[in-house]
Amino acid sequence: MKILYFAWMRQRIGLSTEAVELPADVTTVDDLIDWLIGRGDGYAAAFEKRDVIRSAVNQDYVPFDHPIKDTDEIAFFPPVTGG
Amino acid sequence: MIRVQEEDFDIGAEIAALTEGKTAIGGVATFTGLVRDMAPVDGSDQPVSAMTLEHYPGMTEKKLAEIEAEANRRWPLDGSVIIHRYGRLEPGDLIVLVACASAHRQAAFDACQFLMDWLKTDAPFWKLEDTDAGGVWVETRATDDAAAARWNQTPESE
Repeated sequence: MKILYFAWMRQRIGLSTEAVELPADVTTVDDLIDWLIGRGDGYAAAFEKRDVIRSAVNQDYVPFDHPIKDTDEIAFFPPVTGG
Repeated sequence: MIRVQEEDFDIGAEIAALTEGKTAIGGVATFTGLVRDMAPVDGSDQPVSAMTLEHYPGMTEKKLAEIEAEANRRWPLDGSVIIHRYGRLEPGDLIVLVACASAHRQAAFDACQFLMDWLKTDAPFWKLEDTDAGGVWVETRATDDAAAARWNQTPESE
């Protein structure tokens, strides 16, 4: 699975994108966040404000209970500030 | 038409291209966003020397195209343009242009406002401002969410 991070989440994790192999018990966005947080302090800091973070699967906004699969492109980012 | 680009744009040229040959158009409403030289940081205004706009290539274009299509469903437009820049910008630089053309002004004004309100809350862009205190990520404003929420009603129910 391809994961992308933007803005201050990218800075805290130190990566803009990475490819990961999903463990079998990671089936939703929520599961993925829990699993990522366990990978290190940078991830924990990036997902600290879990309630404000937005997620997109294959470039569409999705809620955290959305199912995910290995072929998906998933992105995590802070609230958007364009315009 | 939507464009996501690093380079500057010419508002006059964009309006001319939007209306060229379309004599049914009675009005064009536009909004242009510029980089401000001051920004609130921890409650007080700080000078801003530059701004860097990050975006999500692919999703940005997809979302802009979707919302432009939605504006065209809601209002009788004869043309629309959304241009949003990314990269490093300085105070006074143009960030965004929204232009909507229609036979009459109300549809043009409303569609333009709808697109701007939506851009603020759903287009995947993030602004990093360079201030004396270092780089500061711009935070969302509750007023932007409220402005976007009013469009969730259908036009008929307004």
